[in-house]
Amino acid sequence: MSHQEADGIVGRGNREGADLFRRWFSELGQTAEQGGLSAYVFVMGSMCEILRTFNLPVVFPEINSLQTAVRRVAHEYLNQAEDYGYSPDICGYVKADIAVQLRGGEHPMGRIPKPALAVLTNACNTYIKWAEIWERMYHIPIFTLDVPGTRAAGTQTWAGDVDFENDRQYVQAQIMDLIALCERVTGIKFDIDRLREVMGYANEMSRGWKQVLEFNKSRPSLFNALTDGTIYLGVTNGFRGSPEGGRYFTKLVEEMAYKASNGIGTLVDEKYRLTFIGVPCYPIFRRFNELFTEWGGTFVHSTYLWFASGGANLGFEYDLAHPLESLAEGVLISVRDAMDSMFYPERALLEMVDSFHLDGVVYHPVKSCRTTSTGMADNRRALMATRDVASLFIESDMMDRRVVSEAQMKNRIDAFFEGLASRRQQEAATR
Amino acid sequence: MNLRTFETWRGKALDDVLYECRELFEDTTFPTVRQWRDAGGKVLGHFQVYFPEEIAHAAGMLPFKVRGAPIEAVQADSRFGSYLCSILKTSLELALSKRVEFDMFVTHPICDAARNLGAVWGRNFPYSCQILYLPQNANSPAAVTYLRNEYARLLRDIEKITGRPVNEDELRLSVAVYNRNRALLRELYALKRDTPWLVSADEAYVLTAIGGFMPREEHNEILETVLPQLAARPNKKQDKIRLVFEGGFCEQPPLDLIRAIARSCYVVDDDLLIGMRWILEGVPLDGDPLLNLASAYLEKSSYSPVQHDLRKPKEKMLIERIRNSQANAAILTAAKMCEPGLEEQVAYLHALDEEGIPYFISEFEEKMTTFEHMEIQLETFVENILFS
Repeated sequence: MSHQEADGIVGRGNREGADLFRRWFSELGQTAEQGGLSAYVFVMGSMCEILRTFNLPVVFPEINSLQTAVRRVAHEYLNQAEDYGYSPDICGYVKADIAVQLRGGEHPMGRIPKPALAVLTNACNTYIKWAEIWERMYHIPIFTLDVPGTRAAGTQTWAGDVDFENDRQYVQAQIMDLIALCERVTGIKFDIDRLREVMGYANEMSRGWKQVLEFNKSRPSLFNALTDGTIYLGVTNGFRGSPEGGRYFTKLVEEMAYKASNGIGTLVDEKYRLTFIGVPCYPIFRRFNELFTEWGGTFVHSTYLWFASGGANLGFEYDLAHPLESLAEGVLISVRDAMDSMFYPERALLEMVDSFHLDGVVYHPVKSCRTTSTGMADNRRALMATRDVASLFIESDMMDRRVVSEAQMKNRIDAFFEGLASRRQQEAATR
Repeated sequence: MNLRTFETWRGKALDDVLYECRELFEDTTFPTVRQWRDAGGKVLGHFQVYFPEEIAHAAGMLPFKVRGAPIEAVQADSRFGSYLCSILKTSLELALSKRVEFDMFVTHPICDAARNLGAVWGRNFPYSCQILYLPQNANSPAAVTYLRNEYARLLRDIEKITGRPVNEDELRLSVAVYNRNRALLRELYALKRDTPWLVSADEAYVLTAIGGFMPREEHNEILETVLPQLAARPNKKQDKIRLVFEGGFCEQPPLDLIRAIARSCYVVDDDLLIGMRWILEGVPLDGDPLLNLASAYLEKSSYSPVQHDLRKPKEKMLIERIRNSQANAAILTAAKMCEPGLEEQVAYLHALDEEGIPYFISEFEEKMTTFEHMEIQLETFVENILFS
């Protein structure tokens, strides 16, 4: 490959991801201006496979909300929702979205269309409460796709097991109900061949996403799970089931392969390989990452890349010969995995420590999100009891800058790296 | 196991029985559970809100309603972060401190925090800790079959713990015991609604709550004894407003808070410990008991912020509760840091505004010890209604 070609490959995923993102929001803006239909969905179980079959543009209010924080205007939205009556102690994503709705869709990235329906899973209970708000605001149908999760750590069941089949039949029956609802809302008749086509693109994406994540076992790491990873996540969600989404991940795999074979990493001098547990600190997104990279620390993985991709990290590929049955199985397994990565991450983390050569685990519980944060302290305690790996526990928020203290964070992070350096010296001394 | 765990109330006058019940309720060492265990019985702890206790009961286990306690979370605090409701921490503390000991723990996907509790518990105790996935799509025609089979899965897990299979007749017997309990609790709430001067909110609450940690047959005996005596009280009606208390579906307000409210108001209905009164009618005894329980959960049930059912918009259900109990106003409260409770509060207050129903907004925590400020505010609220 020539230098010119290589220059085009390195960083292509970020450039094209950002382009796709802008295009997506631009199209949503057009939909809003034209008063077109849209479906409000969530990152864990978006059901884009079905919605795209009906040509419904998808809106991810979680992504809209985090964008207000990245663009440093979240506080304006949070204040508006709190003035409306919502407590400072509830999810900041919900509140930012309420303010977007109260403003008629006004958002820093353009105008967000109103929903014609909302589809949610139970992967996060707040999804349900959130959708109830739209139901009251717009009197639209809201559809809860209830996906039973893992009952206890390490007890996942699989196809053929009586409990798995009970769950699958429940999910499949609901998918049929969702199809009927989409037919009513759009006036379009369900086309199973169109579903197959959409699922084929989703397969290409899932296959690629799994490979991309695996590639970061490379030393040095090929992408930063926190910053680059968030761009990739945007595409996994916004473009799931689309030809652009599938193609993007095929090309991203190509980029990672190139970087791996040429030893091109995210940092010039990668000293510490870390994993990130939780949701990023969006109010100071870039600075938060710098607090780690300045010490030579880079995030090679993150549970965020699992659950916020709805479990696409598993790389589940649908059987296109049996699309409905396979969709039910895939949604069940993938959304369940997304939940597992929040509730039962300990086994996967232990495995990750070795396979990704981790030096440390960074837990980031946030005020806004009980789903991801409730079990973290105990999970850390259990991990420490099992494995001698450094860890950091810093609390802040993904939306609310009132509970983000950069100075305090820096103190903790600096101390963490000093500890890592000391560990390394001791290890060298005992060799 | 035919064991009576609470005997001190027997043969006493009504006020003394109520005193004994209150003492038992406030004892955070749960002597009834200890007695049960000492006699060789096994205990299944289940977190709020609803759990099909009949299944554990039929297997000979003592179902224990895990609803936190007004205690310090000395050990449990380090297992959780900062921005969480108290009930999570104190519930775990009860188990870590061995105030109660379980053989199995079950939580539910009622909220993001509670669902995590299964994993947290599982990392701290060697016994079976799991999530019972009650359906969140109550409107799916497939939900009832799914739930019936989920109950069957739960039963299989329980059987592994007790070491013996449970047959349908045993399940039916348990359903009958709980049907009787549901009928008695409905009677208690009817008394509170129709003649609130005969039973105060705190008395009714204690009489309900103690059923969460004793064999339900025993609870039935207490209610069967007390209810006629309450109805025969010579108490006179006072000039108090009638209100509904909403927000006690999971974390429980301190008993003194309920008592403080009862001093200035008649609480004619509430959602306190709604899981114990979730099923509104007797569950049929013929046919498949698990299917009947599943159907009752979905089709003959109350409402709460943690169950999504398109047929039961919560604000409409609250207004119905207010109208049905002929209340003049509502207390809209939520436990601190309770996401579903706090979110629902907004829908409630906008709906009550539209209906012109006065409401009093507050937050509580199970460990609160001072109520003067709230009491003064509530009295002002009441006076505004009485003299408007």
